[in-house]
Amino acid sequence: MVSLENYLFLSAALFSIGLLGLMVRRNILVLFMSVELLLNAANLAFIAFSRFRGTLDGHVAGFFVIAVAAAEAAVGLAIVIAIFRNKGTVQTTHLKMMKG
Amino acid sequence: MELILFYIFGGLALAGALGVILFKNPISSAFSLIACFFGMAALYAMMQAHFMAVIQILVYTGAIMVLFVFVIMLLNLNVEELKEKVPSRFFWLCSIFSSVGILGALACVFKGHELSMPEVDNLYGTIETAGSLMFREYWFPFEILSVLLLVAIIGGVVLAKREL
Repeated sequence: MVSLENYLFLSAALFSIGLLGLMVRRNILVLFMSVELLLNAANLAFIAFSRFRGTLDGHVAGFFVIAVAAAEAAVGLAIVIAIFRNKGTVQTTHLKMMKG
Repeated sequence: MELILFYIFGGLALAGALGVILFKNPISSAFSLIACFFGMAALYAMMQAHFMAVIQILVYTGAIMVLFVFVIMLLNLNVEELKEKVPSRFFWLCSIFSSVGILGALACVFKGHELSMPEVDNLYGTIETAGSLMFREYWFPFEILSVLLLVAIIGGVVLAKREL
């Protein structure tokens, strides 16, 4: 029988993989995918706790997370397109205009 | 039996997540992330969160990842632009150490509670019950969310358009 602990461990593992990707990668598109991984890890914990308590509030929270992730992806990818058009690169090491 | 399924789908999700950060090509990362999302949708279905499983596949793998793949294809990156400056070994070590630290801290919080999932009735997690809760208890955040999505649509168009 799968316990709450199993799901929470999986969620923690996915979260740390997403965090690692956010730190070591330089491609801005992969950075966005890592953020999606973090959001999904949080969602898994929401659903697992919701199932454990026998209520549906965690499902609604997860639904909101997915909708916010969709909005974030739409705006973020538009920004990526604008940056690529102006600077001709998607590597964060080349983007230094906000460095001051 | 249930535990075996958990390991299969959890392994799929973990392998997909690792693929996202290890593949050099963003397209490979995107497809790897899609595999990860399918594994997670299966886990949601195992927890009787049917509505969330369907939303995961429809919205995440269907809409968001199509947007990602579309943008990657649109940028048409050549081999030179895909070359990343490899971080130094010290930076790698620090990153792995901190993310394993987060994992260890979370595992310490979670471990020792062998809490089994309670039995729930057949109506748990269906679209009807989830929607009923959403429109009874959470109607105001839901309306705010629709405004947020509208703002995101307009913002996306304004940012991606060459000139207004």
